[in-house]
Amino acid sequence: MTTTVVEPWTKRPLTGYVAQSSARLVVVMTPAGQVLAQHGFARAVDLMGVAALGAAIIASSGALADLVGEATFGALFHAGQRHGIHLAACHMPRGSLVILTVFGRETSIGLVEFFFDEFAAALRAAAPADRERGPVLAENFEAELGQSLASLFGR
Amino acid sequence: MSPDLERALDRISRVRGVRGSMYVAADDGIVVARLLMETVNGKAVAALAASLARKVEGAAAATGAGRVRFLQMDAADGTLLIAPAPRDLLVVTLADPRVNVGLCRFEMMRAAEAAA
Repeated sequence: MTTTVVEPWTKRPLTGYVAQSSARLVVVMTPAGQVLAQHGFARAVDLMGVAALGAAIIASSGALADLVGEATFGALFHAGQRHGIHLAACHMPRGSLVILTVFGRETSIGLVEFFFDEFAAALRAAAPADRERGPVLAENFEAELGQSLASLFGR
Repeated sequence: MSPDLERALDRISRVRGVRGSMYVAADDGIVVARLLMETVNGKAVAALAASLARKVEGAAAATGAGRVRFLQMDAADGTLLIAPAPRDLLVVTLADPRVNVGLCRFEMMRAAEAAA
């Protein structure tokens, strides 16, 4: 299984989380669905689809929380026959990240959730200090996206 | 928490040396009901106890020992006791190393019956 990262500071926390929780797939992304790191995906198309859907679920649950007067909901968990997913936001100094974990029967939601808390703390500790981010320009968008995909899949 | 489960956990907590007890979902490792001292990290204990129970179940099956009825883990600073209960639950107790395990086990079996 491969772990690839766009932001190098995410690698150590991610590999630790995968080893401890026995997760099969993990995606660390921005709330807009931009992938910062991943573990377990072999194809870019699968990763981009999962990232987009995960970000959409977080966005819609945030809107739902707003409607019922909650600041935010905690983690979302879906259990299947062979796989479960855990989806949660991780609050960082530079904004939130969204983390999607897919796990199998070899672990449990309790373990994933327990190690997720440690993962979130490790990410916060590893994150670089706050810095000014340049605007995303249309002319750079394609190149940045291509660069991210190349970092994640080495092509 | 249902009054029956609450009473069962309360009885376990009355055993001298018990730091806390919980009903834990065996498959998920999440807490269903708990009565814990403030210093006990229930989430961690539940997740790890369920994982341990599953591994021991596997080992018991592989060796032909049959269904696991009770699990006792003695460590330098504490004792972890696990009893399978109906509805895919576990009764989990965390206690001091010198706790009366027999009495704990008796109360945990009663707690397992209360979950039926």
